[in-house]
Amino acid sequence: MSSSVGNHAGGSTTGGWGLRVLGLGYIAVLLVAPLILLFYKTFEEGLAPPFEAITSSDGLHALKLTLITVAIAVPINTVFGIICSLLLVRHKWKGNWLIDAALNLPFAISPVVIGLSLFLLYGKHGWLEPGLAEAGIKVLFSTPGIVLACIFVSVPFVVRETVPVLQEIGTEQEQAAETLGAGPWQTFWRVTLPAIRWGVAYGVVLCTARVLGEFGAVSVVSGNISGETQTLPLFVEKNYQNFNLPGAFGAAVLLALLALAVLMAMNLLKRKEAA
Amino acid sequence: MGISVEGANKSFGDFQALDDVSIEVPDGSLTALLGPSGSGKSTLLRAIAGLETLDSGRVLIDGEDVSKKPTQKREVGFVFQHYAAFKHMTVFENVGFGLKIRKWKKEQVRARVHELLNLVQLHGLADRYPSQLSGGQRQRMALARALAVEPQVLLLDEPFGALDAKVRKDLRTWLRRLHEEMNVTTIFVTHDQEEAMDVAGQLVVMNKGRVEQSGSADDLYDKPANEFVMSFVGEVNRLGDNFVRPHDIEVVRDRDDSTEEAMVQRIVALGFEIRVEFVLGDGTEVWAQLTRGELQRLELEEGEIAYLRPVHAKSFNGSAPPDPQGASTPPGPTDGGDAEVSAAA
Amino acid sequence: MEAHAAQHPAATRSRPLRLPRVGAGLGRGLVVLWLSVIVLLPLAALLDESLSQGLAHFWSQVTTPQAKSALALILVCSLIVVAINAVFGTIVAWLLVRDDFPGKSFVNAIIDLPFALPTIVASLILIELWGKNSPVGIDIALSRTAIVVALCFVTLPFVVRAVQPLLMEMDRDMEEAAASLGAGGLTVFRRIIFPNLLPGLAAGVALAFARALGEYGSVLLFAGGTKNTTVASILIGQQIESGNESGAAAISIVLLAMALVCLFLITLIQRWGTRHERAQGAGAGGLVVAAEDEERE
Repeated sequence: MSSSVGNHAGGSTTGGWGLRVLGLGYIAVLLVAPLILLFYKTFEEGLAPPFEAITSSDGLHALKLTLITVAIAVPINTVFGIICSLLLVRHKWKGNWLIDAALNLPFAISPVVIGLSLFLLYGKHGWLEPGLAEAGIKVLFSTPGIVLACIFVSVPFVVRETVPVLQEIGTEQEQAAETLGAGPWQTFWRVTLPAIRWGVAYGVVLCTARVLGEFGAVSVVSGNISGETQTLPLFVEKNYQNFNLPGAFGAAVLLALLALAVLMAMNLLKRKEAA
Repeated sequence: MGISVEGANKSFGDFQALDDVSIEVPDGSLTALLGPSGSGKSTLLRAIAGLETLDSGRVLIDGEDVSKKPTQKREVGFVFQHYAAFKHMTVFENVGFGLKIRKWKKEQVRARVHELLNLVQLHGLADRYPSQLSGGQRQRMALARALAVEPQVLLLDEPFGALDAKVRKDLRTWLRRLHEEMNVTTIFVTHDQEEAMDVAGQLVVMNKGRVEQSGSADDLYDKPANEFVMSFVGEVNRLGDNFVRPHDIEVVRDRDDSTEEAMVQRIVALGFEIRVEFVLGDGTEVWAQLTRGELQRLELEEGEIAYLRPVHAKSFNGSAPPDPQGASTPPGPTDGGDAEVSAAA
Repeated sequence: MEAHAAQHPAATRSRPLRLPRVGAGLGRGLVVLWLSVIVLLPLAALLDESLSQGLAHFWSQVTTPQAKSALALILVCSLIVVAINAVFGTIVAWLLVRDDFPGKSFVNAIIDLPFALPTIVASLILIELWGKNSPVGIDIALSRTAIVVALCFVTLPFVVRAVQPLLMEMDRDMEEAAASLGAGGLTVFRRIIFPNLLPGLAAGVALAFARALGEYGSVLLFAGGTKNTTVASILIGQQIESGNESGAAAISIVLLAMALVCLFLITLIQRWGTRHERAQGAGAGGLVVAAEDEERE
């Protein structure tokens, strides 16, 4: 047995070749190989086909809609996340467990179920339908529905990342600011927010990734109409189903590149947070 | 600016942190709040700063009732035990924070910050971040930050608690000198009686949310008001109803009416000072502090019989039996009487 | 003392409150309202729809052969997947914490890929590698194996990221003490390391399980909705498309209930995990407020 715990010298213990082959092999086969293959397949016949597919009017529209969704859902969840974290950490309240429980739901519920819930609430027999119809607001099969679905699935990220940081910094710095004459707003902007910024940023990155890539919930509420209610992930699926492989791969590569950017940002922020 | 606290009460749930506390801190003095942990000393300091709201009672700074004033308007400088450094700001930005809040001009801020960094001997470290400083340097930065806004009073909460012994001693001396120079009314909290006696002109001894005694170091040591104060500010032996300090026990080889017979159990040499542990006939353990010369003159050996004569014994009538730890015994004479009065204010 | 404290119930509130009291109340109201509108109201609509035609109808919808097989399939697949990832996730976490190899920081970063990569893209890349165009000639697309592979892909980071911090914090002294007492490598792992990893591993496995139960995008293209590979989420999708909303809602409720049980287990595991640290502080008689003040002193 290539024991890995028997060796204590210098703190750098070898994992043993057996474990290395198993662990790294698993990652290579499961995560890395498919990703590499995606890039290979996409650019097999040069840059032109995927580029054309993305810059087609439907492709551009899907990209635009995805970016709009991110631009609305992420800021909303960020502001909500910061307020919610402050309340959970700094203000003891006996209902806090309820907020906490509600925040766990989006992680536990299937995206399709989330989509269905919104579909039922805003749909033709839904509770909110009469009021919305009168006001002339169309939620389902249009941008508001997509945004709502994205907010639902990504609402816990900023809170989950901010709460531990807020707990860790404690209240002494804020009290110090108070004794130096800073009011509540000044204390928040100059002391609290800068102290938690990397945690918040990490949550924002995770939230962005989820909104960019959300498929299940959006596919139910959007109707997946090309050039109208199609986000990039939906564009990938539709093109694949219609055997338009360059389109599917082009959009998939674009999303994969964004995912890699997200990974780099996560890595960077983790290091900043640790420093 | 003098500070007075009148009839302060504060509880956290069932825990009574302050129980009808009143203190007077004269203008320009350096006062120590001394007590074991849980005695309410930090709560009292935080109440003076407005970081804690009193359940009842008043805080007056320079004769003005500030009880309703929020912290940021009280013009107090506060130094926290764990520095409370703004980690995302440089030393310069930390010290200049209060000035920026007060909308000082840039050049003024720069001048003032450098003046203070010189005062606390941190010149040259202005661009460092707190994480790049040692504990002592961080605490001096925190002090400079508190002093930058020219506070009416300076409050320090266990300022040297997190530092090692050597740095602590240096900072003590330095704080005393700084106070002489600036002459700002200063209160600092500590659980270390030696530190309190070394630095402060006036001491307030607290226990279980109450003030046990206040006065100069000599007052407390020589005329303790009760057993708690006596045992908290120095070593103490108990002989029947009497309490006596180890250096106030005379050891002789001949018995007479004023002595008590004791057997030498152990002799511990701590350099110049010798600690001799005795056991009395009734089993009571007592120790005496002798000098090396005295020990040689007495020619004591472990297991021998000697005679003890307490010189300055004190008795506190009706007080509770002593507690070897000193901290957790309720002070007998005042117990029970204060609870009813405390709600009055 | 008791009576005195009772006169000041507000004293239990710990200072400092960052927002003024009115602000806190307002903020709390907004947070609760927002969560209700965004999260709770849609779920209430779902529950309402599932029961709109009575309990009997609900029951008939979740006990059709299709529904039963879809629910059973996802349950079994999720169990297999978390078992696989419990083993491999722990190995990977171990390598990342205790081993040193070239490219370690790359591996550490790529672990989060399934968090960052859209699920539909995951499905696409998996079908390219393991589908009919497979460059290695292995075609598992549209099979039950594909479900397992897709779920392994999306749930790997949960286990790794739950175990990793525990391994990092773990005291090497314990292992060295055990070794000095004569324990061999395997014994040290079984008796010392594994029990200490267990709370994290269990929490990671529970999170992975909850995610696997509801996974949709990554399964959709790769495993598809064939007779043998229709898992619960895919079935719900199909029911929505065919207009059977109450049926979809009923299956959703069952799936939701399974996930909630999982969530509940996570909470229990977390409590159990912090047991050791708590036991140390509980000696003071459980007076939390007093203990807080003690700290401040």
